[in-house]
Amino acid sequence: MDWLTFLNVLDSAVRLSTPLLLACLAGLFTERAGVVDIGLEGKMIAGAFAAGAVAVFTGSAWIALLAAIGASVFFGLVHAFACVTQRGNQIVSGVAINFIALGLAAVLGHSWFEQGGKTPAPPVSGRFTSIDLPYAAEAAQMGPVGRFYADVVSGHNILVYFAFLAPFLAWWLLSRTRFGLRLRAVGENPAAVDTAGVSVARLRYSGQIICGALCGVAGAYLAIGLNAGYLNNMTAGRGYIALAALIFAKWRPVPALFVCLLFGFLDASANRLQGVSLPSVGVVPVQFIQALPYILTVILLAGFIGKAVPPKAGGVPYVKER
Amino acid sequence: MNLDKTEPTAVPAAIELIGVSKSFGPVKANSDIHLRVAKGAIHGIVGENGAGKSTLMSILYGFYQADSGEIRVNGQPVRIRDSQEAIRLGIGMVHQHFMLVENFTVLENVLLGAEGGALLGKGKAEARAKLAELAREHGLEVDPDALISDLPVGAQQRVEILKALTRGAEILILDEPTGVLTPDEADQLFEVLRQLRAEGKTVLIITHKLREIMAITDAVSVMRQGRMVGTVRTAETSPEQLAEMMVGRRVLLKVEKGPANPGPAALTVENLTLRDGAGVERLKNVSLTVRRGEIVGIAGVAGNGQSELLEAIAGLRRPTSGRILLDGTPIPHDPRALREMRLAHIPEDRHKMGLVLKFETRENSILGYHLDHRYGGALFDRAAIEAECQSQMEAYDVRPPNSRLKTANFSGGNQQKIVLAREFERGPHALLIGQPTRGVDIGAIEFIHRRIIEMRDAGKAILLVSVELDEIRSLSDRVLVMFDGRIVGERSPEADERELGLLMAGVTGAGERGAA
Repeated sequence: MDWLTFLNVLDSAVRLSTPLLLACLAGLFTERAGVVDIGLEGKMIAGAFAAGAVAVFTGSAWIALLAAIGASVFFGLVHAFACVTQRGNQIVSGVAINFIALGLAAVLGHSWFEQGGKTPAPPVSGRFTSIDLPYAAEAAQMGPVGRFYADVVSGHNILVYFAFLAPFLAWWLLSRTRFGLRLRAVGENPAAVDTAGVSVARLRYSGQIICGALCGVAGAYLAIGLNAGYLNNMTAGRGYIALAALIFAKWRPVPALFVCLLFGFLDASANRLQGVSLPSVGVVPVQFIQALPYILTVILLAGFIGKAVPPKAGGVPYVKER
Repeated sequence: MNLDKTEPTAVPAAIELIGVSKSFGPVKANSDIHLRVAKGAIHGIVGENGAGKSTLMSILYGFYQADSGEIRVNGQPVRIRDSQEAIRLGIGMVHQHFMLVENFTVLENVLLGAEGGALLGKGKAEARAKLAELAREHGLEVDPDALISDLPVGAQQRVEILKALTRGAEILILDEPTGVLTPDEADQLFEVLRQLRAEGKTVLIITHKLREIMAITDAVSVMRQGRMVGTVRTAETSPEQLAEMMVGRRVLLKVEKGPANPGPAALTVENLTLRDGAGVERLKNVSLTVRRGEIVGIAGVAGNGQSELLEAIAGLRRPTSGRILLDGTPIPHDPRALREMRLAHIPEDRHKMGLVLKFETRENSILGYHLDHRYGGALFDRAAIEAECQSQMEAYDVRPPNSRLKTANFSGGNQQKIVLAREFERGPHALLIGQPTRGVDIGAIEFIHRRIIEMRDAGKAILLVSVELDEIRSLSDRVLVMFDGRIVGERSPEADERELGLLMAGVTGAGERGAA
């Protein structure tokens, strides 16, 4: 693989890891608050469909983004209502949301656009287009490093740059602010938060709202950033890979960035390696590379790469003890 | 102002409860409670499990709302809607199960809920200064940057007290504060409490340990079945009187037992060493013998290898080296086979090991013996199980005697009786008993202790592990002290408590020469 090809793979790795990273951070905010969320996938689908549909109707990418966030936060509130207020089973609620979102997108898409569930391509104004960073064209002429800047760093849309900034914001929020301290505490020992006179429910709802918003951005990115329009089930299991990445990153935001980049890189290489015969290995089945994120996570969970300790109160509804 | 005519002092009471009631569904947890806690006093509240002490304190701390009645703090009628309100009124609480985030530092735990702004930076600096000041004034030393999970229990409790004090608590409520402490740590705690009293702070301490009440409080209120039985001055009462008020009848606090009549050795442990999954040595070359007809008590602070010793003998953990003999035969590493060899085990934690709480009592009454042909084998003979359970419940006075009730719905004392009945009634030769009266009310403690003595007098070999030193001393015929996985000494149960306490803390020196 020469340098240019490598940069090409890196470039698509950045694009492919963006939705993963957003979804992974979404999961991080809710799980650090003690609410397990297997419904990232469904929230992303809701966001992607809303973005696709609204972009067609309005022709505005920003309004479409807001719609995506709104749809996804709505499902987040449903999850919070089921898990926090009603103290339901968090896995069941998350799975239900995945089914509902997928089904609803197909039904609505079919009845509104009659294109078999997908939305028509929105106009250019209804999409997030690539931004060329300053001096990208000049840098491309200036050797391998310049090329890296021009091909990998520059030329993405605004949501990509947001996604790569988000882990640092999340880190700051969690470690330096009152909200972050309380959010982390409520995922470890909600009773400690309650006895300190702080509302457990409100914090967990906040976690779900942030989670919904980030999933909405991820969905919008898929529908009107990476692609043009919503396709049936276009998240393709990214919500689950994001959960794997979350475990791999040990529920910490900055490591999440690197894990998602790694997973995105694996994804990009899988596309590139399709049918290519490697020396002494032969043709690597694409499925193997696609399965690598899961395999790596299982190896991690088996304790070979450090130890991933989830937030202690994760998955357990909070009930005041008598 | 203060309208209470019984005590016409100018200073209003720190806390006054007037006719407070609280129900949970049909259960009256508190009914018509009246209580007066004088400012600058240490006031004890005693009562059995389920007497309503914790509910009452939770009402004071805003965890629950009273259904009716009035609360006054410093003479002012107040409504305490949530914990934040209680904190504002100067009420701080140290819960029995600490309300700490284990993977947070001390500082972060102190900060939680009182951050002093949306950003942590400034609040952190202030809290750090405040902690240093409190450490200076009260000797409440603790490293602000240490992780809670790395701190010993006594230090964790100190963090809880610091949390309350940094929030400006004038009234400190402690719920069963000594349950997890060594005698030495408890003494240190009492010293801190006395000092707080000297500064005019009010301390409310909930406990079921009468000895501590006698040692530290100025006045005691006794609760029974959700009611306040009465308040007495500590100087004018006795443990016997308090116990009687708690239970509603006369209670024998002292275990009555004759001298032991030991026979041949039944259980022998030779050079037992045990390394846990993480490679840490939990037992180091432990040897001991229990003879028929005697009770050997293992004293020690929790976590010094007692649990591992019990579990190794019970076949639940495989020792790294050493031998365990029952009547001269090496034992198999198989709890079921051991049960058939008539070695019974009362596990330390009945919730984790002794019982399946979601099972009905009759299912628990045969748990572990369920393969016995008496119960029908693969298809259970329900009538036989029912009869077995009924007879056990009757013999051990389990209340309510309902074999279909889920075990979780019984009180701690009755759950323990269910375990004891199952294990004792099958005629074991040797008994391993861990924490027989943990979370058990006084009335049931008396009953359980009597049964254990009866087993001894019937010629059983009994190995007893308890973190309650009083229990070890009153039941055992010989006391072995464990520290850091070793047996560091043997004493008679009449040995000086201080001496035993020092041994438990690992101080072996002068006293050791006198050991057998």
